[in-house]
Amino acid sequence: MAAFGSFALLIALALAAYNLFAGAVALRLIATGQPAAVSPERLADTARRAGIAVFVAVTMAAFALVWSVFTNDFSITYIAEHSNRALPGAYKFSALWSGQEGSLLLWAWLLGIYGFILRLTHKTDVKLYAYAGTILAAIQVFFLSILCFAAPPFSVLQGTIPDDGNGLNPLLQYPEMVIHPPMLYLGYVGFSVPFCFALGALMMRYPGEKWIKITRVWTMVTWLFLTAGIFLGMHWAYAVLGWGGYWGWDPVENASFMPWLTGTAFLHSVMMQEKKGMMKSWNVWLIFSTFLLTLLGTLLTRAGLVSSVHAFAQSSIGTWFVVFMGTVLAVCAFTYILQHSHLKADHHLESLVSRESSFLFNNLVLLTACFVILWGTLFPILSEYVVGNKVTVGAPWYNRVAVPIGIFLLFLTGVGPLLPWRATSFRSIRRNFVLPTIALWATVIVCFAVGVRPWQDGEFDTGNFYALVAFAVSAGVATAILSEFLRGAGVISKQTGKNLIVSTWLLTRRNTRRYGGYIVHIGVVIVVIGLAGSAFNRNVERELALHDKMSIGPYTLEEIGFTQDSNLNYNSDYALLDVYRNGVKQFQMTPEKRVYLASEQPQTMVAIHSTFEWDLYVVYEGTNPDTGQPIIKAFLNPLVGWIWAGLAVLVFGTLLALVPSLSPATASLRIPATRTNPTEPALKGGHS
Amino acid sequence: MKDRERLSFWFKGMQVAALAVAVCFSLGATDAGTRYTNLNHRMMCTCGCAQILGECNHVGCTSSTAELQELRTGIAAGQSDKEILDSFVAKYGAVVLAAPTTQGFDLVAWIAPFAVFAAALLGTILLVRRWSVGRTAVSATDAASLDPEERERRERIRRETGDGGF
Repeated sequence: MAAFGSFALLIALALAAYNLFAGAVALRLIATGQPAAVSPERLADTARRAGIAVFVAVTMAAFALVWSVFTNDFSITYIAEHSNRALPGAYKFSALWSGQEGSLLLWAWLLGIYGFILRLTHKTDVKLYAYAGTILAAIQVFFLSILCFAAPPFSVLQGTIPDDGNGLNPLLQYPEMVIHPPMLYLGYVGFSVPFCFALGALMMRYPGEKWIKITRVWTMVTWLFLTAGIFLGMHWAYAVLGWGGYWGWDPVENASFMPWLTGTAFLHSVMMQEKKGMMKSWNVWLIFSTFLLTLLGTLLTRAGLVSSVHAFAQSSIGTWFVVFMGTVLAVCAFTYILQHSHLKADHHLESLVSRESSFLFNNLVLLTACFVILWGTLFPILSEYVVGNKVTVGAPWYNRVAVPIGIFLLFLTGVGPLLPWRATSFRSIRRNFVLPTIALWATVIVCFAVGVRPWQDGEFDTGNFYALVAFAVSAGVATAILSEFLRGAGVISKQTGKNLIVSTWLLTRRNTRRYGGYIVHIGVVIVVIGLAGSAFNRNVERELALHDKMSIGPYTLEEIGFTQDSNLNYNSDYALLDVYRNGVKQFQMTPEKRVYLASEQPQTMVAIHSTFEWDLYVVYEGTNPDTGQPIIKAFLNPLVGWIWAGLAVLVFGTLLALVPSLSPATASLRIPATRTNPTEPALKGGHS
Repeated sequence: MKDRERLSFWFKGMQVAALAVAVCFSLGATDAGTRYTNLNHRMMCTCGCAQILGECNHVGCTSSTAELQELRTGIAAGQSDKEILDSFVAKYGAVVLAAPTTQGFDLVAWIAPFAVFAAALLGTILLVRRWSVGRTAVSATDAASLDPEERERRERIRRETGDGGF
């Protein structure tokens, strides 16, 4: 199977190289109109078909690796290092992305899937897709070259073949790890596609704005995967790492967050280009930057430049990524310099207070946030380089610098939708902002009344202050968005006589993109409320002998047993805790500590009881070596459930925004942004 | 004149608010328990787990146990926050601090984000002003050149589609 997998990868590399070479030659011939022995259109089509075949070849390689894991083929180094016989089936799949070589193969396979879809749907716009497919082939050549020469997943073990493998890293033996990495990778890898469209459109001087619509849909899908991947990663960190938090500003977390921020900025600023023909260069560079940031994130986490609790796949492939990033940047800059006259935009604003301006400020804040995170991630390296002194840039720095920016961004989330396009009047501002302002101040008063104050025991508390501001702004933003829904639904209700709920649905269906976007904003508000809850986290740690009790918040935990268990994969110690509230037994919790037999590594299995109000989060930390008593640490984390609920709303809103709107009554009156000749030949002209 | 007075009032209000925030941030923790929590959240565990000292959850972690004990001793001995942090830096290196200091090159870590934000904000404002200048006249001309039927048609599209998008 090792030979089959290696051969499949070599075939894939050859096909991708052909796709790149033949595609580039064909597009060059078409662009210059030079006569050639082979029809350029036919050559381009063979390139496209080769691209489709890349997917088949990489799929075979991925299958070979998975097959080898399931058949315990420890003659393959990767399998011996990342799997063992007793590993449960679902986690055998996880072995595919638990190490450097496997995760790169997953990357190449997902890229193959995206390429497959792109090349199959080429009839949407034959020439643009030909450009995009050829650029995508270049990216595939890079990843397949690494897999064939620098990090081969099928390298065979020298010497004696072991009876069993080292096993999977215990941190990865958790249900979310089966879904989180593929989801995150779908987001990471997916940004290659908008990048290819943007670069392709720039190379061919694409007429009109159709490419931006195609790119926007791909970006939204990718953004959705990345969002879900980030949140699943947060949940994994929360449930597995056992420190009671979900986001530690770790370099790997930051690496996934940066392209998310630039991708979000693009999804907003692209509307300026669609509606007003503005910010064309900016949008192109946003997409370029997003793709480059996905590469930078991969470099940071795999080259060992920064230390991280999430980095499971480090090696010396950093040089490959540095060279590739440099090449990508050079190609982007060169193409931009050559073609920037094509991106001349009609920049005009009628008012400083308008939807257009709000998009500009939204981009400003998102990009600043991205810079802050990049700066914080790279500053230790910079400091070591400049003054020879390595420093730590941890949560306290990010909390001081990034949190205020986040709150300002939340504020813009509410303000933007309230401002009309072009210009606004003082009367309109007053009408739109009265309710949100009332909601904001009412929340401040309620927060003060229930004890959420910036001052605790006569001292200023930064966490409480930020939480108070976050709650208040969230209330204002939620009111602003809901009032937008109600205002629109009210008009439809009057016109159709239908009730408000049906009218809201009709309103949403008429403009899914706008109202889907508003729902995404509501999701963001819910997430922020959940994040703000962390300011009130509490924890208590105690040694608990049998029938000892400990209290946290309204709960009392009683130790009723301490037992052990084992299976072929691990031995575990766990505590049995009865949980009481107001003297009444509510439920039982069993926090656990495992030691995996193959790797001999310990792992905490946290017990979590989630409610709308808070999470009771209990960690069994092990036994005190002096007394032999179990040590239990309990956390009461308010509002954590809101974060995961917010994700659900966010996903729903994005999916809704991807659904086409019902045609408005005046669709026939729409004037196309750019008139193009539909009879133009598909590949020789602009777009079909 | 009224506008100027109003502006002056808002400006003074903002000054007072800024001063209040500055005072709030300058307030420090005083009692031992709060100081202990505050300080152990300003340092890292040095075992390589990349966790904040006060949040290191490894039972029997020799690094965090020793560091926390040193911290308690320092507080009990009446050392100031600065003296405690300095002694940790001298022993474990600058990586023991969870955030860069505000001295020397470390200060750049704090200044750069705000400087970039300020520069970007200024740039955006200038850009918006530049894009707005002269547009009013052009808009008026545009509007004037449209016949009433065309104006009505455009207005209807705008009303019904809400200009699309967001």
